[in-house]
Amino acid sequence: MADKVLMKGNEAIAEAAILAGCRHYFGYPITPQTEIAAYMAKKMPKIGGCFLQAESEIASINMVYGASAAGFRVMTSSSSPGISLKSEGLSYLAGSDIPAFVVNVQRGGPGLGGIQPSQSDYFQATKGGGHGDYKMIVLAPASVQEMASLTVKGFNLADKYLMTAMILADGTIGQMMEPVSFEEMKIETYEKPWALSGTNCEREHNILNSLYLKPDELEAKNFERYERYKLVEENEAMWEEYETEDAEFCLVAFGIAARVAKNAVVAARKEGIKVGLLRPITLWPFPKKPLLALADQVKGFISVELSMGQMIEDIRLATECKKPVALCNRVGGMIPTPENILDSIRKAQKGEF
Amino acid sequence: MKTTQIVIAGFGGQGVLFAGKFLAHKGMSENLQVSWLPSYGPEMRGGTANCSVILSDDPIGSPIISEPDVLLAMNLPSLQKYVNAVKSGGQIYLDSSLINQKVEREDVEVFYVPATRMAKENGIDKLANMILVGKLLENNPELSSDGVDAVLEKLVPPKKAALLSLNRKALLLGKSV
Repeated sequence: MADKVLMKGNEAIAEAAILAGCRHYFGYPITPQTEIAAYMAKKMPKIGGCFLQAESEIASINMVYGASAAGFRVMTSSSSPGISLKSEGLSYLAGSDIPAFVVNVQRGGPGLGGIQPSQSDYFQATKGGGHGDYKMIVLAPASVQEMASLTVKGFNLADKYLMTAMILADGTIGQMMEPVSFEEMKIETYEKPWALSGTNCEREHNILNSLYLKPDELEAKNFERYERYKLVEENEAMWEEYETEDAEFCLVAFGIAARVAKNAVVAARKEGIKVGLLRPITLWPFPKKPLLALADQVKGFISVELSMGQMIEDIRLATECKKPVALCNRVGGMIPTPENILDSIRKAQKGEF
Repeated sequence: MKTTQIVIAGFGGQGVLFAGKFLAHKGMSENLQVSWLPSYGPEMRGGTANCSVILSDDPIGSPIISEPDVLLAMNLPSLQKYVNAVKSGGQIYLDSSLINQKVEREDVEVFYVPATRMAKENGIDKLANMILVGKLLENNPELSSDGVDAVLEKLVPPKKAALLSLNRKALLLGKSV
């Protein structure tokens, strides 16, 4: 394992971002993601990059807007309450159709909540958060290795589809250390003819804007944008299936919940219950196709979440309510134990959903 | 097909997280799968701190430990918090110069190491953590083979090179108990 280093998930994001060509980081500290900013503060000056601690979350997301408009790979990171503050900027980025890379290492909410891990910003990330019709590509890493690889992926996708890619992690994945390799990362680069990079008096100047006062123009913009989103839905859904081939019950979980769910699958199979796990790696686009296929195979689903039940709605939509979906959840910074999940599996086996 | 789940707990400042990092790096140098999960937040600023380290031949599922195979307790609240969670047949290492209690369970192996006193007597204050780790390595031969120095060199920054030999000394002291 000579090529692997032991790193925190947060640090892996920062290192991978630099590898992906990000030279601009704007942020504001908040637990449990501050290691990202700390890492950037240390590294950026040494590689000719820019680390800037803004005066607020709102300022930092607008700095991202500016640097992205100028054609740079740029990022910001925060945790739940900070992402709420950044949501206005996320909407403006979407309205201007420019790329951005944003990290949310979630903590318990609502309000200031707590600082322990949570997944209760699922709706905020996948359904909006900011105003208007828009989507973000939402990536849900379940290991430190994926914190790195999905960061590179996120930068690539953001540039490819001219939209924000968000890493939706949680305090556990951010704080834990695991071996991670930075080899075999595929860094894609895209021309940015739309960038506000100076005309040299050789071309018409570019304008990036989200204000369209003529309703027909604004409608056309929205239609055009959703054509692009459709391509993302068709091409970019990612997921992992674990022990689903013969499964009679299927757990659906992402991030840290999926790690615990895997332990529960192993334990349940020891009891002779045929359980599998589908782990969405992209939360938007949501892996609808494999779930719909599994709906014809399994007797029911169990959504394992660190929220009051948010992803469960997408599971029901994806499976067209063909099979019952139970919820197994802990919130506020608590994490279900494999035993908690096993109880839900046993109940499901008895037909209790 | 072996998995060892280790919880290390104590006050902030006792080197609980460092001891865990050492074990994780050691496991990695033995080509094991490893995970290290710290408590984070207010406890890092002086309250209780703990970390969970998993070493395994197989890919690691959850990094969260509910039933440790090994508990390394550096104060009484930590012992009380985790003593009943330790798996039957597991090991408990405790700093007996800070914990004046015996473990009542009979289904676990308990090692009473007066680590803080030993550290003071040997001029390596604050390295009680590594004395306990030394004892743990001694009892778990799959971890205690060579390579301790290389692991320490990864963890101790060059500016604090003097700490290398002190950490080595602490590990040896623990081994000899």
